[in-house]
Amino acid sequence: MNKFIDPILVLVLLLNFVALGASRMRTVIQAVAVQGVLLGVLIVLAHGSLMAWVMMMAVATVLLKGVVIPRMLFNAIRDVVIRREVEPIIGFIASLFLGAVGTGLAVLFSRTLPIAHSDMSSLIVPAALSTVLTGFLMLTTRTKAITQVVGYLILENGVFIFGMLLMEAIPFLVELGVLLDLFVAIFVMGIIIHKISREFSSVSTHMLSELKE
Amino acid sequence: MAWLLFLVPLLFAGVAALVPSNRWRPWLVPVGGLTHLILTGLAITRGPVSALQGWLALDPLSTLVLGFVSVVFFLCALYAPGYLALRPERSNRVFCACLLTMLGMMTLLILAHHLGLMWVAIEATTLATAPLLFFNHTPHSLEATWKYLLIGSVGIALALLGTFFLAYSSLHEGLEPTLLLEDLIRLAPNLSRPWLHAAFVLLLVGYGTKMGLAPMHTWKPDAYGEAPGLVGALLAGGVTSCAFLAILRFYQICRNAPEAAFTREILVFIGLFSMAVAAVFMVRQRDFKRMLAYSSVEHMGILVLGIGIGGAATFGALLHMITNGLTKGVMFLSAGNIHRAYDSKSTDDVRGAMQRLPVSGPLFLAGFLMVTGAPPGGPFISEFTILIGTIHAGNYVVAGLFLALLAIVFIGMGATVLRVVQGTPSPRAATTTYRDRPQLVIPIIIFFVLALSLGLFIPHPLETLLHNAAAYLEGKP
Repeated sequence: MNKFIDPILVLVLLLNFVALGASRMRTVIQAVAVQGVLLGVLIVLAHGSLMAWVMMMAVATVLLKGVVIPRMLFNAIRDVVIRREVEPIIGFIASLFLGAVGTGLAVLFSRTLPIAHSDMSSLIVPAALSTVLTGFLMLTTRTKAITQVVGYLILENGVFIFGMLLMEAIPFLVELGVLLDLFVAIFVMGIIIHKISREFSSVSTHMLSELKE
Repeated sequence: MAWLLFLVPLLFAGVAALVPSNRWRPWLVPVGGLTHLILTGLAITRGPVSALQGWLALDPLSTLVLGFVSVVFFLCALYAPGYLALRPERSNRVFCACLLTMLGMMTLLILAHHLGLMWVAIEATTLATAPLLFFNHTPHSLEATWKYLLIGSVGIALALLGTFFLAYSSLHEGLEPTLLLEDLIRLAPNLSRPWLHAAFVLLLVGYGTKMGLAPMHTWKPDAYGEAPGLVGALLAGGVTSCAFLAILRFYQICRNAPEAAFTREILVFIGLFSMAVAAVFMVRQRDFKRMLAYSSVEHMGILVLGIGIGGAATFGALLHMITNGLTKGVMFLSAGNIHRAYDSKSTDDVRGAMQRLPVSGPLFLAGFLMVTGAPPGGPFISEFTILIGTIHAGNYVVAGLFLALLAIVFIGMGATVLRVVQGTPSPRAATTTYRDRPQLVIPIIIFFVLALSLGLFIPHPLETLLHNAAAYLEGKP
């Protein structure tokens, strides 16, 4: 089954670029939702078996990352009527370029971090690192609260991909990754975005820039 | 015992969420705090605490942190009913429940000897703190909460990645993968070096965000500026100490590995950098609560600097965690009272706090003198110990920078504090009817007495605890 891991990781990387280059909110959210579903599939492939707890974790991941959180995000953009990320701090072309540079750096950096068991895909570490970097880029260069949350989700997906290496050794850790999702789902999404939209009647963090030196 | 320690506060939190009376509910917080304090005392005196096959345990280091956090929480909890009585218009159900949950989660974090479990506890502490920051429900507090959550979550995600790396560093070498602290310390010399290297950096950035080390401190001024003084004191004294403990755990592992010199250097660098950033932002700071946040950044820098230097400075850093936490209690709570009295936290509006508030004003001034290291306060002794340790280690440049930065902070902070306390009360003082009252000043006085007396003499049991913790941290039996 391992021969399917590489294509999936490549898809995940491509979706990073979709999220970086898209200006429509829906596209960005859809990209991260598809990424979530792919990660669920990755769990099964990485473990290489269909044991009950593996399936449960995969299903939980698909549900949370692929359905529940994207649904909440869709609801949020519907409620506050925003469709586009209008004013990114750096433009979309520039983001794509930086994303490509980040991916290149991730590949270079992962050479210094050797992985041991040869049966695992060698793409896991570079894919994880470049996804983390993409998430960082979105977090820092977007101004809408929702796009920032998407950026955070991508960052977290990167952490999750790395967890695949530990799937068999310490499954407990990978479960923690799922917990991280719940954290986002409950808090950042449910409460804060709701409050921001009510308080400022827009979900832009431009409004959230009064506190400064 | 280990279970009781963190489940009892959670139980109190559950009760607080159920109690219908807004007037009586706040009293659950000090009762919960007192129960926790008693349990902590029993745990420390009764000897070894361990549960869940070593996942939860008290070692000399966590004993020290647990005792300290319990005292800080109890004193802040004493302040809570008086503070919440001033805010009868707002339901305090969530506030009280979250305060107690935070205590439970901090205890879990301190007890955790499994790094995954520790990560869960830190995550839960972040969750429990967010509603506390949002207590005032103003747009500003919303902004502060948003930044706290966003920056905090990124830190947490990076810490998880670091934990993964650490786990992989043992797997890579074909060792039994583990995340138990004792096993990792034992295995440290054999762990894969590149992975351990990367793990330490990620964990320092991740937990350093929670601790508020520069340049990951950006949430701190907003959060401390907008949160009630009581929450600020708890964050600056409790949560940051817990995050410091988390960093110390990874330091313990790396100290046993060939990476020891690298980790020390990076700790010294980030410590000095935090102090420098804090010094820059403290000069001409007009918001006295934000000033306290930068002071916290500075002191977190001093803590990791002391650990990075090692030797006598380790003892100094552990002592400084306590003296700084207690002094921060004095400063945040008295600043909270001043904020109430003037309904402003800008030095443009606040003048003559000494006259307007005959107890909180002088305590604020005295807290400032202590926190900047004036003798005979507690922080003076601990900072002096760190300085001596630095000079003994032959790090004259670091010692010189340390002194210079302390001096800049003293001048910068002094300008702001003196504007607040001196002179005749500004017209703004007449806009509220707030008066110092026993409930709101007694906890500050206790904080003050404790912080001051640690400067005059360190009681024998505490000294033993500190010595044991420092020896344990340095890996001596």
